Order: sequence, then structure tokens, then C-alpha cells
Amino acid sequence: MLNQELNPSTPNSMMAATLKEASVKFGNFTALQDISLDIPEGDFWTILGPSGCGKSTMLRLVSDLIPAASGEVSVLGKSTQEARLAREFAFVFQDATLLNWRSALKNVELPLEIGRKRGIDIPKGNRTPRELLKLVGLEGRENALPHELSGGMRQRVAIARALVCQPKLLLMDEPFGALDEMTRDHLNLQLLEIWKETGTTILFVTHSIAEAVFLGQKVLMLQAHPGRVKELVDIDLPEPRAVKVRDTAQFTAYCSRLRELLEEC
Amino acid sequence: MTAIVQNGNAADANNEVADRPSRNYKNLSNFAVPLGTAISLIAIWQLGVRLFDVPTYIAPAPSDVAFTFVNEFSLLARNFWPTFIESVSGFIVGNLAAILIAIAFVHSRTVERAFFPIAVFINTIPILAIAPILVLIFGSGMTAKIVIAALICFFPTLVNMVRGLQAVRPETLELTRILSASKSEVFWKIRLPSSLPFLFSALKIAATTCVIGAIVGEWIGADVGLGALIIDSTFNFRSPLLYATVFVSSGLSVLMFVLVVITEKLVVRW
Repeated sequence: MLNQELNPSTPNSMMAATLKEASVKFGNFTALQDISLDIPEGDFWTILGPSGCGKSTMLRLVSDLIPAASGEVSVLGKSTQEARLAREFAFVFQDATLLNWRSALKNVELPLEIGRKRGIDIPKGNRTPRELLKLVGLEGRENALPHELSGGMRQRVAIARALVCQPKLLLMDEPFGALDEMTRDHLNLQLLEIWKETGTTILFVTHSIAEAVFLGQKVLMLQAHPGRVKELVDIDLPEPRAVKVRDTAQFTAYCSRLRELLEEC
Repeated sequence: MTAIVQNGNAADANNEVADRPSRNYKNLSNFAVPLGTAISLIAIWQLGVRLFDVPTYIAPAPSDVAFTFVNEFSLLARNFWPTFIESVSGFIVGNLAAILIAIAFVHSRTVERAFFPIAVFINTIPILAIAPILVLIFGSGMTAKIVIAALICFFPTLVNMVRGLQAVRPETLELTRILSASKSEVFWKIRLPSSLPFLFSALKIAATTCVIGAIVGEWIGADVGLGALIIDSTFNFRSPLLYATVFVSSGLSVLMFVLVVITEKLVVRW
């Protein structure tokens, strides 16, 4: 593992995540086969594909939740385990996964508490939990319990919690999938602002073609059986993205192109 | 009867129970309807006993029971406290044991496989069958009654606590893994708090069954306690005292239940 860091020929330090012919197997089932990708630091990639193509599996592979059956995965030039221990990445789930008995603020503080008593050096971000709640637009709701917040608000708490250790890589698994369209649009814009402000790399899994095109600088299209890369599509839309970009012909063209690709899968 | 129920409705409008603050009139009438029904049943009982001239030793009128309750209050109180202490001690011992064993089960599959069948077996023995054995072992003092009360609390709490500790969603466990949390952090910060709603449902069951355990223990061999008083007043045909004792026993169960509910409200706020 150390070899990678010492090896000057690999430009891993510039890469938020690198996969080299990585495969994931669950028993006899091949969830991902020979995935090779370089995801540069600071990029915003969205991942699209039919059900069962391994979108979530890919995020779980990068975040050290699932081991690779073969191939290599590294995050910021480290092994996924080292990156996890150093809190280089954070994960946002489809469900907010907040602890029901903790207030919004206490939920955001959770990552700072884990490991503190064991003397582990937890990277503190340059924003306090309070400031992060303000960043996601929840100022004044610090003491609210999760059941007192709407679905969108809970997901924003989860995003604030993910940002508290200032991760260089943010992995998001359909975070807005369960929300209504209005809330989803609003959170999409907010996420783009957060991305600009923090400069973090984002890998964002979604089912929605429009969301993938609106958010991503690149859309990674996966196909199923076994899960592998179908195509990596550059999205060349004006930045910063505004809602009205969706009405442009360019946007529609990207969407129909991706829909065609999805149908081929 | 309908008329009486409606009267009860109106009369008890100000009798708000410590349920939750700021209830509206609809909830108040929800409470008044069962109370009105109870009052009318007692009235029917009183009328029936007087109309058909039922002898007091077979079925005393509610007024006789109330009269005895006031007159024999010190006797009832003297026998209330031993049962109260046995119930509370049994409640604490039985539930604490169940909680600790549930924690062991969740942390080790081997321990669970080794001891869960035994726990099920103990649960299948009727409490009335095991009570004499425990009285033989622990003697006629309080210990036997506490053990019986503890035993009756044990199983529901064990089962619920195991379920509660395992009721953590897979995503939450993935979150703890991403945060590289230790086993003890997962336990204290995630598993234990998320088990509390399950634990309190079990404690609500235990709050009433521990009183049954203590009273059954007192039936087998005791000279004080509500159980002993029940046996004593039955054999002496002192039916009003028997009925009064039964009401005190049920009052004790209600008290235990309410204490658990209040604690739950304070602890489980989510």
C-alpha cells in the first residue's frame, strides 16, 4: 500500500478516487466487473444506470464497505481502509440515517464524537457543526429532533453531518430519491453551492436522468449483468448551473442521449 | 345504561388524567366513556346484590367493599408494603438480568445458542408449578417472592431487548463503519438508545406481571403481603376484605405501570 504513495509515476495525488480493473463479487454473482476509472479531485460525477447495475456497490467499494474481489481501489492515493480511518470521505445514504434520539446539531456532531475517547485524531473541518447547519439552511432548527423535521430537512442534516470532518470525497447514494420534486430541485441547487464552497469531490448516484445531467460535470453510465462502465459522458453546460438550464435544447439533448444509452443497457 | 354513560361523560369532564398535556374535549370524552361504563357496571353490581339479596360472603356489595377498605385500611397498608417491595425488587432483578443477558446474546451467537433454549424452557414452566420449588429453596421469606417476581418479568424483557438491540438499520451500521466506530461505540451510541422503545414495551408488561409473581409467591407460603391476605380472607369468608385486597393488588399493578409510562415519557422523547 505504501508503494503507491512512493511511486511517482502514478498521478494518484491528483485523483480523488482511482479504480483499476476492480471487480466485486457476491458469491457467484459478479456485481462489478473490471471497472477502471480516475476521478479527479474537485469533480462532480453523477452515476446512472439500470437497477442492479452496481451503482450503490461502486460507492460501497470506494468507501471500504465492500472489498474488491480483484483489482485495486484507492482514495486520494491511499488504500480505501487508510482513507476511511483518516475520514477522507463521507457517505450520504438514500435515507437520512439520523439517530432519532439526537437533535439535528447532535447528529451533525456524531462523527466528531466517534473515536474521540480512543484518542483518535479526528480531522475537524473549518466549519463548526452549527455553521454547517446554517450552510444547509437549517439555522434555528439545531435542537429539533429528526421526527420534527421534514424529509428534505433530515437529508440536509445528513449532508451537514457528512461535511463535518471536511471530507475530500463525498459519496452520495440517491440522497434525494425519496423526496418530492420541489424539495429535490431546491436541494440540487443547494448541493451545487456546497460543492462550489467546499471544493469537495462528489460522486452522486441517481435514478433520475434530469438530475444526473443537471448536477454532473460527467455522467458515468453503468450497465448491468455484470456491472460495468457503459460510457462516461461529459456534460458541457454553463456554470454555475441554474434551474433554467433545464429548458435549453442542450440540456434536453443530453437527456435524450442518456435515455438512449439506458435503453441499450 | 346509555343515560348513565352520558351522565358520567358530563360529570368527569374536569377529571383529566396525567396522559398528555393540552388535550381537547374529544380526547377527554374518550377517557370519560370507559370511566362512565365502569361506574355504571359498579352501580349494576350494587343493585344486583341488593335486589337478589346475595349473602355478603358470596358476593359483597361495592359499598361493603368500600366500607371495609376504609375500616381495614391499616391492615391493608401493612400487607401492601411487603408485596410492593417484593414486586419492585423482582422487577429490578428480573429486568436487569434480562437486559444483561440480552446484551451477551447480541454480542455472541455462541452464548445465544447455548442459553436461549434454556430461557425458553424456563419460560414454559407455569409460574404456579415453579413457585413451590422456589419457596422450598429460598424459604418463606421475601427472597422466594422476589425470585418468582423476577422470573415472571425475565422472558418478555429478554426477547424484546434482543430485538431492540438488533433493530439497528443496515445503513446506520454502514455509517458507523465509515466512521470507523469501535464495537463499544456502536453499542453505547447506537444499539442501546435504539433499543429503548423496545425495552419500555417489555417493562410495561413486567410492571404488572411482577405483582402477579409476588402475590403467587405469597400464596405458597407467607404470613404477610397481599397474597397472604387474599388466602386468609378467603378461608375466613371475609369476602369484603378479599375484594378490597384484590383492588389494592390491582392498584399496585396500575401504580407500577404508570411509573414505567412516566419514565418512558421522560426518557424516550423521539
